[in-house]
Amino acid sequence: MAKTELRSNSLPTALGLSGAVPACSPMAYTLKQTLDYDQLTNCMRCGFCLPACPTFRETGVEAESPRGRIALMKAVVDGIMEPNAQFETQMNHCLGCRACEPACPADVKYGQLIEQARDAVEKHTDSHRWWIKLARKVAFKGVFPYQNRVRMVGGALRFYQQSGLQSFARNAGLMKLFPAHMRDMEKILPEASDKGVVETIGTWHPAKGEKIATVGLFRGCIMDILFTETNINTVRLLNAAGFDVVIPASQNCCGALHAHSGEQFGAKELAKRNIRAFMEAGVDWIISNAGGCGALLVDYGHLLHDEPEWKADAAWFASRTVDISKILVDQGNLPQSFGKTAEGHATKITYQESCHLRNVMRSSDAPRNLIRRVEGTEFVELFEADRCCGSAGIYNLTHPEMAGSILEHKMEHVKKTQAHVLLTSNPGCLLQMKHGIEKHGMSHEMQAMHVVDFLYSQLK
Amino acid sequence: MLEEVVKRELRSIVGDTFFHDDLESLVTHSYDGTPMQQALPDGVIYPGSTEEVAAVMKVLNRHRIPLVSRGSGTNLCGGTVPVHGGIVMVMHRMNRILDVDLDNLTATVQPGIITKEFITHIENLGLFYPPDPSSMAISTIGGNIAECSGGLRGLKYGTTKDYVIGLEAVLANGEIIRTGGKLMKDVAGYDLTKLLVGSEGTLAVITEATLKLIPPPKYKKTMLAMYKDIYGAARSVSSIIKSQIIPATLEFMDNPTIRVVDDFAKLGLPLDMEAILLIEQDGEMEMVERDIEVIVSICQSENAARVEVAESAEHAMKLMTARRSAFTALARLRPTTILEDATVPRSRIADMVLEINRIAQKYNVQICTFGHAGDGNLHPTATTDARDQDEVHRVEAAFEEIFEAAIRLGGTITGEHGVGMVKAPYLEWKVGSAGIEMMRGIKMAFDPHNLLNPGKLFAKESRKRVVIDHG
Repeated sequence: MAKTELRSNSLPTALGLSGAVPACSPMAYTLKQTLDYDQLTNCMRCGFCLPACPTFRETGVEAESPRGRIALMKAVVDGIMEPNAQFETQMNHCLGCRACEPACPADVKYGQLIEQARDAVEKHTDSHRWWIKLARKVAFKGVFPYQNRVRMVGGALRFYQQSGLQSFARNAGLMKLFPAHMRDMEKILPEASDKGVVETIGTWHPAKGEKIATVGLFRGCIMDILFTETNINTVRLLNAAGFDVVIPASQNCCGALHAHSGEQFGAKELAKRNIRAFMEAGVDWIISNAGGCGALLVDYGHLLHDEPEWKADAAWFASRTVDISKILVDQGNLPQSFGKTAEGHATKITYQESCHLRNVMRSSDAPRNLIRRVEGTEFVELFEADRCCGSAGIYNLTHPEMAGSILEHKMEHVKKTQAHVLLTSNPGCLLQMKHGIEKHGMSHEMQAMHVVDFLYSQLK
Repeated sequence: MLEEVVKRELRSIVGDTFFHDDLESLVTHSYDGTPMQQALPDGVIYPGSTEEVAAVMKVLNRHRIPLVSRGSGTNLCGGTVPVHGGIVMVMHRMNRILDVDLDNLTATVQPGIITKEFITHIENLGLFYPPDPSSMAISTIGGNIAECSGGLRGLKYGTTKDYVIGLEAVLANGEIIRTGGKLMKDVAGYDLTKLLVGSEGTLAVITEATLKLIPPPKYKKTMLAMYKDIYGAARSVSSIIKSQIIPATLEFMDNPTIRVVDDFAKLGLPLDMEAILLIEQDGEMEMVERDIEVIVSICQSENAARVEVAESAEHAMKLMTARRSAFTALARLRPTTILEDATVPRSRIADMVLEINRIAQKYNVQICTFGHAGDGNLHPTATTDARDQDEVHRVEAAFEEIFEAAIRLGGTITGEHGVGMVKAPYLEWKVGSAGIEMMRGIKMAFDPHNLLNPGKLFAKESRKRVVIDHG
């Protein structure tokens, strides 16, 4: 029993910082205001999250673990430490994969804590270089909030890829001006589009056969310009499974990139617009085909918890958001087996989970259930499929070293499956897997695909 | 604060990458799994070899700087909180399996290997290492040895001490000793191996261990017995042992524990039951089937409302894993969970459960009980809030009385979590003043300058034991 003095009650003194705790900095003040102290206290430091954490596994350093990061946040709030540059770096070093959450018996909402910490840090940071500041401003305030501008970016990218500019840039060695990880990403970027799913196929798509429910497709922003085809296939799959699909044109970016980068305010504004768009569309369910977006959509209730006039609508939206695989398995009317039997040997399929689909939307079995229905294939479980691939939103661009080393471990396991097709359920993971396959010279024997594209290709 | 010269010396041994004294490192090594205990060290060091440990120890000995060696910091007795500052030595880099000897059935490992990784490796070779503390997914073998960890299989297979047969350790003066070996018998002098097991880092820094392995059981069966009456469950435990059946696992969970565990693990546990027993037997198939049959009838005669056998090995494993989460899962009820591991002779389990509930009522605190009932080791866990000082004091008073009750029933203040800081004031209750003096003498012989994990085991002042007469 805690018979020695109760150190938490007078922490700075107990820790030998006798009385002389400096008046706290503005950032420390904001952190104290922002961080949920109940959640900080709920972490009882049992350490069960450590083996689940990719950055802890890579480094073996306590500060790089959820328990360590929470201890740092709590130390700031308790006045034991000032948030310094190292603190900022550590908060940003987390991938945000949230694998620690299902591992936590105490149910600590780590995802919320890390976003609160980043939000507070971002308000005070002056460590960004000017061009990062500019890029953030353009992206977070100028582009992502407006779907038409996102499409313009898609158009520009398409122009780059198709006008000969891309091959010129590559031939002329211009790409050498960029760091290696950016060059690698440029190589595997799919053909972009300036037309999203709505511009291509329209907003209303009736179910085939008897209607089960009306669902709204959340098209995403990156998803819609880089993977338009996947969005179209999602609609087709849903129709085939018995769902009327509507794609509200006034929806926009989910706000995940904002929320994960300490731009809570921007995320909230986007959330409100999305809630309105889908409520007006009168849908029963909101369908996400990107784990990264879906995870924020189901979190809208929390995101807007301090705005009473939005509370009920946000809760409705969050409870009605479901991943494509989950709704297909739970309610859809797809055959128990479908697809073409391959000639000769069976096609080997494996599946890399989307962290947010697994850890936040808690959907792990549904994609596997659907994949196993495809005839003429053999499903091979990928060792540690539940671990982050290192993509983590834009993490692979902001922290290339850590992301690279996580990817290397992932590819070792991927190789061992000897799969012909590697499926994922999130655009970021898909790009990262394509990157891994390309980097390891495996593109002749293996291709990476979105689960939806694979399923639809088999159903056609 | 460390002098520059000390830092220089330490860095020259392990390299800049593996010594830190920045605030981030200090804060993240100021705690372990014990609630309400925190103190900053002056530095954190990650040695890569026994030689580095020895060299570091020589420097610290020369400068009289304390050292706390640790693995993942998951212990529950404040055992690795650096209350006297100094250096925290994290053993994670020394995590290799040096040798698995299939002729002698032993494994030799470095202390920083994660217990579960070791167990998986051994099981893939077709062998068995039974100690399985609930923290095994992250705790290290070195930490298990220092605390003499138990686990779910303790009653049949024993605890860590029963599997450690040889050690290499660095003494406080930097000398390296080796004890035991790949030997099933060894009476050459005092048994230093057993002395170091459970010594909580106060006698030496363990740098290598030789562990005994055994053949795995051929067959397993897992069952749940569910009770509307908590004492029926507790009585079943004593009856099973009395009928001379020793199950591999015999775990007890009361209703609040069942609820939080199910909330976490989603296994469909019976939320309407007052208590459940999770029972596993292993061995030869015939024997297992016969034992399970007898256990079922004992449970029924103690008025079990329902008895179920796990449908598959996978389901059984999920039940075990879920049970391991119990302690942390209780934090779903209130933010702070304080658990103890008072242990009584197995025949007194039902009396102990009665005592715990009486004491909880007396002090008006919530105490949930789960634990390894089969070996007499219960984990009464108070769910409270560290910010509510008044309640925390009542919890303290309640636990004091629980310790007292355990000892009165012929038990001990701690079965497997260790003394550390939090039980130091009660150690004398169990071992007596002569016992304490003897232990102090041992400590002096190993560590004359009190550098190894100071502030643990020995309290400045023992609590006065108030024996309550219940007539």
